[in-house]
Amino acid sequence: MKKLLPALLAAGLAFAPMGLAFAQDGQGPTENTAAEEAAVGTDASVEAAEEGHAATPHYPIRHPEQMDWSFAGPFGHWDIAQLQRGLKVYKEVCAACHGMRLVAFRNLDALGYNEDQVKAFAAEYTVQDGPNGDGEMFDRPGIPSDYFPSPFPNSAAAAAANNGAAPPDFSLLAKARAVERGFPTFVFDLFSQYQEAGPDYIHALLTGYDEQPSPEVEASLQPGTYYNPYFISGPALAMPPPISDDQVEYADGAPQTVDQYSRDVSAFMMWAAEPHLVERKATGFVVMLFLVVFAGLLFVVKRRVWAGTPH
Amino acid sequence: MQWLDARLPLPRLVYDSFVAYPVPRNLNYAYTFGGILALFLVVQILTGVVLAMHYAANSAIAFDSVEKIMRDVNWGWMLRYMHANGASFFFIAVYLHIFRGLYYGSYKAPREVLWILGVIIFLLMMATAFMGYVLPWGQMSFWGATVITGFFTAFPLIGDPIQQLLLGGFAVDNATLNRFFSLHYLLPFMIAGVVILHVWALHVTGQTNPTGVEVKSSKDTVPFTPHATIKDGFAMVVFLAIFAYMLFYMPNYLGHPDNYIEANPLKTPAHIVPEWYFLPFYAMLRAITFNIGPIDSKLGGVLVMFGSIIVLFFLPWLDTSRIRSTAYRPMYKIFFWVFVANAIMLGWLGSKPAEAPYTWLSLVGTIYYFGHFLIVLPVLGLVETPKRLPGSITEAVLAKSGGGGGGRPAGAAAAPDTKG
Amino acid sequence: MSVHDTAEPNRRDFLYIATGAVAAVGAAAAVWPFIDQMNPDAATLALAEIEVDVSQVAEGQSITAKWRGKPVFIRQRTAQEVEEAKGVALSDLKDPIARNANLPADAPATDINRVMGAGSPGGGADLPAGREQWLVMIGVCTHLGCIPNGQAGDYGGWFCPCHGSHYDTAGRIRFGPAPENMAIPPFEFTSDTVIRIG
Repeated sequence: MKKLLPALLAAGLAFAPMGLAFAQDGQGPTENTAAEEAAVGTDASVEAAEEGHAATPHYPIRHPEQMDWSFAGPFGHWDIAQLQRGLKVYKEVCAACHGMRLVAFRNLDALGYNEDQVKAFAAEYTVQDGPNGDGEMFDRPGIPSDYFPSPFPNSAAAAAANNGAAPPDFSLLAKARAVERGFPTFVFDLFSQYQEAGPDYIHALLTGYDEQPSPEVEASLQPGTYYNPYFISGPALAMPPPISDDQVEYADGAPQTVDQYSRDVSAFMMWAAEPHLVERKATGFVVMLFLVVFAGLLFVVKRRVWAGTPH
Repeated sequence: MQWLDARLPLPRLVYDSFVAYPVPRNLNYAYTFGGILALFLVVQILTGVVLAMHYAANSAIAFDSVEKIMRDVNWGWMLRYMHANGASFFFIAVYLHIFRGLYYGSYKAPREVLWILGVIIFLLMMATAFMGYVLPWGQMSFWGATVITGFFTAFPLIGDPIQQLLLGGFAVDNATLNRFFSLHYLLPFMIAGVVILHVWALHVTGQTNPTGVEVKSSKDTVPFTPHATIKDGFAMVVFLAIFAYMLFYMPNYLGHPDNYIEANPLKTPAHIVPEWYFLPFYAMLRAITFNIGPIDSKLGGVLVMFGSIIVLFFLPWLDTSRIRSTAYRPMYKIFFWVFVANAIMLGWLGSKPAEAPYTWLSLVGTIYYFGHFLIVLPVLGLVETPKRLPGSITEAVLAKSGGGGGGRPAGAAAAPDTKG
Repeated sequence: MSVHDTAEPNRRDFLYIATGAVAAVGAAAAVWPFIDQMNPDAATLALAEIEVDVSQVAEGQSITAKWRGKPVFIRQRTAQEVEEAKGVALSDLKDPIARNANLPADAPATDINRVMGAGSPGGGADLPAGREQWLVMIGVCTHLGCIPNGQAGDYGGWFCPCHGSHYDTAGRIRFGPAPENMAIPPFEFTSDTVIRIG
């Protein structure tokens, strides 16, 4: 604590001017932002304005919008077509920088692909294998038991190639990012079974590049970073806007917009992070049903047993 | 059976302890958490043993081996979520069990040893849970271990050597992970051992009951089986249903997203928080932001945190009231619920960033926590006027159920159960 | 037990039996995941079937592939080795059974039965030309599990140094303590140069 507390204090002091800037921001152009927000249809601006009054700035500046996901709720299920589109977006856009090292090609059978399609998909990738008889590593086409190859050999190389910020691996990202919900929302979440903070965040981030920072925030931005009010740990992030309209061609007629791409890739990343999600919820339903029936039976038996004993 | 009984009286022991054993007839559902805790100890050990078949305690592959359990091992996702959420539910049950003990005065003579054994179990549980949380080797695992082992550096002179001894290095690393895995596997069996002593001590003194009046005749009791067995069984299944709800529908609700990022010794998460069950103690640790004479704020925080549990050991002698059950102590009842609310508030404060107003609220909460044990309990026992106690358990029961005997409709008899 | 009940005993018994039955079903269902987790996991099963490219294996050469944790010898035998193996009478064999997972359990240990893969329904008759020299065999001595040396021993096939078992050029036990011919795994030529094992 001796070290942590002064550090936090120092951080508080360092951010104080920024906090002041936020306070001004919160009071001045609040109406403006609110009006804009209303037009877009989110309700996060009020919270954002309130955050502005705090002594230290809290990120994200705006809370992500809650989306409708097919996998939410007790009977959640994957939208297979959406996952296939998300895979396409990942492969053609995200995979240039982001790996997915814990997902194997064989796992893609869950996305509705048959064995031959998975084999063909895997063979499009080059995988390093070895050592061979001469002690050399060699490249070969991927097979279903291989994992998605990462674009960089290690995180230092990834950081060096990306302006110092290593692009995070996608395998677990949908579970590794969640904007804090705060009291009392986290209590309600218990009953609404809200578990989609990760995909909501990813969708909000991918669609959040269009907004303009206030002049104070703009002045504080580091060069080489991109303003995004939904970014979880600062006003701007090192990743440039990754995708634009019509960049990926959809065969199934889904709209080729940034919004749709973001939904699809977020859903895909949720699958990548929790491949057994649907199985889990389906099993849960049976178990819950059993336990409720069993509890009911036990309650009746218990009443019988205690019937003659006031207590 | 008789053949075995003559050589090893195990059947007799089981019969005497869990079949014929007399329990007060007026136990309510707050008394079912002991059985629930036993069930969860078994669940945790079973899931833990099978998870250990797949887990690799090596800092290079620990994170990936947990993900392999989640993705590839048959039912691995369920077993791992069971173990992780089971720990949380273990603590939910133990906190309710402790509050039950506080409310009904279960720590008072002649049950001091029973209570102290319980506090020892609680300490072992905390150590086990902490070390278990390190094993997935995520960011929170790593930095939680760094912060908590850092407690020891607060002690002058001996602090740093102790920390290095615990870690097996100068920072949390592979050596730390390996010893934590070994101890995490060992401690549950020590818990099981102390649980046996705890149950033994319980069966020597007998249970308390909501009136706090000791059992006086066999009319005050019912046999453990079937009465207590079926009631405990029903409570267990209801508790399991709540557990299953979390396990299958929101298994990550009680966890922290940062633990899905592999440990990185060079990058601290923005906001380190322990698991929810440590939050009240964490809030007390952070509440001390000032030096107290020769004790600097760091040592002060650590002493306060350890003290918050040490004080529980002395509870039987701090409470001066001769009345066991809070139901007959109108003033203490208020303080008891203030204490509960204060503990919950401290838990919430522990999850907030260390900044105003949370730090001074934590200080207020900490002062009340200790004030409750060190001032309220000793003083209140001397000044409070308790309500009249019933002459016996049976008298209390019959007064509540309107003086009727047996043969009443089951519904009416069961209704008082629902009173906590 | 001190149960005072006015309901018919039958109904009460039924209730107790039903509750007990539900408890038993629940316990049994809960036990299964704890057992099933010991079975091979998905990553292991994904490697239960491998494909081996044999285009680089010339006549008289062998490669060893690892399949289900065991070595599989893939050898393109010379014409002389094939002739030697064909010339052995069944009565000279210590183990007259083919031990070929692609054939019925009682198939005789003729040379053609030792090299047959899956996908030749007509028996040896429709084995494509040039396939009979390919021997695909699990390289584990049937005595106590050692790995035999290739092109060694009294019969020009394999020789197990552990306890001195001699195998011929079709991997059949000819002399020594081993009881059976070396096993042929399930395999199939998916093209002229690729063998799928498993």
